[in-house]
This record gives sequence, structure tokens and C-alpha cells, in this order.
Amino acid sequence: MIEEKREFWRWTEKIWRADGVDWKDAASVTVGIDVGSVSSQAVVLTDGRLFAFYSTRTGSNSPDSAKKALGGAMEGTDMTIDDVHYVVGTGYGRVNVPFANRAITEIACHARGANFMVGPSVRTILDMGGQDCKVIRCDDKGKVQNFIMNDKCAAGTGRGMEVIADTLGVPIEDIGVRSFDIDDEPEPVSNVCTVFAKSEATALLKAGWSVNRVLAAYCSAMAERVASLIDRVGVEKDFFITGGIAKNSGVVRRIERRIGVEAVKLPADTNLDPQIAGALGAALFAHALLRRQQKAEAAAGAAA
Amino acid sequence: MIVAGIDVGSKNTHVVVLKHGEVVARVAVPSGFEQEEAARGGVAAAAAAAGITVSDIDYMVATGVGRKAIPFAQHLVTEVAADARGAHALVPEVRTIIDVGADEALAIRVDAAGKVVDFAANEKCAAGAGAFVEAMSRALEVSLTRFGEISLESTKSIPMNAQCTVFAESEVVSLIHSNTSEKDIAKAVHDAMAGRVSAMVRRAGLEEVVVIGGGVAYNVGFVKALKDTLGVRELRVVPDPEYLGSYGAALIAADRAAERA
Repeated sequence: MIEEKREFWRWTEKIWRADGVDWKDAASVTVGIDVGSVSSQAVVLTDGRLFAFYSTRTGSNSPDSAKKALGGAMEGTDMTIDDVHYVVGTGYGRVNVPFANRAITEIACHARGANFMVGPSVRTILDMGGQDCKVIRCDDKGKVQNFIMNDKCAAGTGRGMEVIADTLGVPIEDIGVRSFDIDDEPEPVSNVCTVFAKSEATALLKAGWSVNRVLAAYCSAMAERVASLIDRVGVEKDFFITGGIAKNSGVVRRIERRIGVEAVKLPADTNLDPQIAGALGAALFAHALLRRQQKAEAAAGAAA
Repeated sequence: MIVAGIDVGSKNTHVVVLKHGEVVARVAVPSGFEQEEAARGGVAAAAAAAGITVSDIDYMVATGVGRKAIPFAQHLVTEVAADARGAHALVPEVRTIIDVGADEALAIRVDAAGKVVDFAANEKCAAGAGAFVEAMSRALEVSLTRFGEISLESTKSIPMNAQCTVFAESEVVSLIHSNTSEKDIAKAVHDAMAGRVSAMVRRAGLEEVVVIGGGVAYNVGFVKALKDTLGVRELRVVPDPEYLGSYGAALIAADRAAERA
């Protein structure tokens, strides 16, 4: 019997499309594509409103990942890239998005996306990405005022969480809930480094700790690491978390506890997903840039 | 007089037994999760190898990250003290000692008498220790020994963007996919780690003669990369490098036993 190796790190790829909207009725179609180091997202707007999005794992090269993300968002509609009026690329692979009209940093896009998701009250955004972690401060327009970033170390990133999911054999989407299924909160694991924390987690299991307790200690260490980054720029309400780890309550609630500020949660019936904030921001920039371009063209036409 | 030095590392425990100042036994055992038990086993094995019993040992000194787990040692010393003592005995003209183990690295500067002047350590990040090279050789599916050797055949300098061991694994995989040769990847890995270790050495202060100990000193590719990065004339590998700390601890045990006698 061949035993299939389970991939505990694997998270659900997500697709969403607006019901009952015919994109052919729209005057404009704009797209944002976020090619991150671990995941890629495409967001399609029709007349500036959310039409579809798709979130997938980044492959070995950025252009293919961008195409895969956009292909996923368009699947089932007969929309093609030729129907799109403006594309903005963002994320770590943004300069390699083949059909992009512009590339904009993910910092600006996450702030813009969070401003759309939460509203103008959002002032601090924590983006917990696959291979980095950023704290962004913005104004009521979603314009970036200040930010700080860790992109050197896997501790406090999605990759760090994937490593622990694989080590402990726990599906990554179960980690948050399971980390609270314990009698009392343990001390965080003492090692920051993901490689060393992995050995420490194994040692704790051998010492008789339950898997859930080790998960709690690990989530707690990750929360501490991220909170110390937040401390450096300060947190102002409203506080919002984007990126994949926003969906991990084990880390989110421990961060909230540590910094004493609760993060804004999207309503339960939302169509939005915190993981698409970057691509959404890029799509909103694409929409604004398209309108500016059209106005400039109209003005030039009137002058001629 | 018979004495022993025990170096309880995060991965392995090393034991050296000295009889009248001469090494009569040397043993390495995995530290495991029960460090005291592992160390007791190591001491017993070393005693057996020396043809004595454990009770014949007059004095024991423990060192290493797990030294506090060794209640049967008469005295504990830091890795800095043990390495300095060991390296000065092996190479009296030494001024800078580098010790790179599986999970930690140390750089120590000593004066002409072997007294510690300054030191720097990394025990927080795998990227500056043996674990880094080990993970990369695993990603490449090449044995650690061969990984070091093939790196000497490369003349290319490919910079690695990732610092973190976890991220660097993905980078090595993408280098494999872009058809970069094994030897060039191996050299890139050793150069990257040498850069980090060399930064640590410079924090302690670099002065020749420079020696290197610790298990990673067996890796010829790393030693070459570190020598080039430091820009020194010579980087001497001490004999039996992985026993540097335990040898130093044993020498300190001999000193103390002599004082007591």
C-alpha cells in the first residue's frame, strides 16, 4: 500500500465571484494581482466594484503565478485579459506580472485594500504574509504614513507556521482553534528561530506535552515576535490584520492580548478575505489610474 | 591523575579523558532529551575506552549549553572559557578562536597568555550555525561531506538573497530548478554562511593567528569560504575540532585538581 504523504501546510485555495453580475454590462474592468512569495491573488473589479477574486499558491516563477491567479478569477466567465482595461501588479513578484500596466508596492496596496475592507477608520494594518511581516500606519484615505517590516526571518511569517504544521502533523487551518483547547496557557517556546523552535516543539512533545499545548506555546511565541514589531511603530485604532495568518485565531487573539488592542473583524457574512487585501488595493489603484487616464484622454481630445 | 571534560552541546555531548595531561579517551554521544543520562553514558564509555572505571576519575568539568544538567561534574565553565583553554593549549600563538557547532557559534579573542579579551556568540539564529549548511545539503540531497568538497570545485560567486534558513531552503530549490550546478550552489551556501560567521568574528575582534573548532570545522568548503571572507593568511583547523570544548574543559579539570591536591 502506498501511503500518501499528507501536506499539513496546505491551505484552501479560495475563489469567489459576485452573483448575478454580467461583466459585459460594465464600462470598466480593472484587475489587481498580488504575487507574494508564498501565495498569489487576483482581484477583478467591474466599474470599481468587486466582481471576482482567486487566491492560490505561488509557483516557481512569478509570471506563471500571476497568470494562474488571474485565470482562476476569470474561470467560468468568458472574460479574457483583452477585456481588462487596466492591471496593477503588486507583491514581491510585482515587476514580473506580464500584463501589468503599473507596479505598486504591497505596502501601499495593503493600506488601500484595508481602507476599502474596514473603512476610513483603519489606522494600523498588520500584514502577516508568507515570508514577511509588516506593520503599516495610514491615514483616513488609506495613504501610508509609516511602516516597518521583517523580511529577513521566518519567525512571525506564514512559512514559519507552515513548518510547524508539518512538524506536528496538524492541518494549518486547525492550528488556531486547537491552540486554545488547553487547560492553561503555557510559556511561549523560548526559541525565536523557526529551525530551533521546530526542535524545541519536538522536544516538548517527547517531554509529554500535548500537541495542542505545543501549538499554544508556538502561537504565543509568534504573537510575541509580531507584537514587538508593532511596538516599534505603535498601534492606533482601528487595527486590522491582513494576510494569511489573519485567519489563525491562535496568533491573532494572542497578539490582541499582548498589545491590548482588538483587531477589527470582518462581518461573518462578508465576501471579503483578509488574504486578498493586497490584490484588492492593487485593483482599486488600477480603477483610479484608469479613470485618471480616461480623463486625461478626454481633456486631450477636447483640446484637439 | 585522571580528569574528564564534558561538553554538553545542543546536539552531541563530547567527553575527553586525560591521564597525566595526555588524552586517553574521546567519546561523542547524542545529547538527546535526557542530557544527564546521555552524559553519564558518555563518561562511562570514555572510561571503558581508557581502561578505567568512572570512579577512577579524580575531577570532572562540564561545559556547553546543557552543562547545568550535569550534577555529577565538580565544576562548570562557560564554552568561552573551555574553548579558550583548549585552543591556547593546542596552538599557543592563537589570538582568535572560532567555534561553529550545529546550533551555535562563538568567536573569542584571547591575549598572548590565552586570557579572554572579548567574545561574540550566536545561539539565536540557525543561519549562523551548522544547522544552516546541514539543511541546504539536505535540500540538495548531497551528503554533508560531499557538500563541502564539491564547493571547492566552484569558482562562481552566486549571492544568496535569503538570510533565514527556512527561506534559503526555497532559494536553493529554485537554484536547482534554474539548473545551477551543485558545486556552485554549495559554494553559494558556504559563502553566505561565512559572511554571517565573519560578521560575528569581527564583533569579537579579528587578530591572527586564527583557529577554528567545532563540528563545522570538518567542512572543507566552509573553512575555505570563511578564510576568504575573513581575508586572513591562514585559518587553522584544530586537531579533532569537535572535541575543542571538552578538551578545554578537561584541561581546566586538571588545573583545578592540581590546585586542590
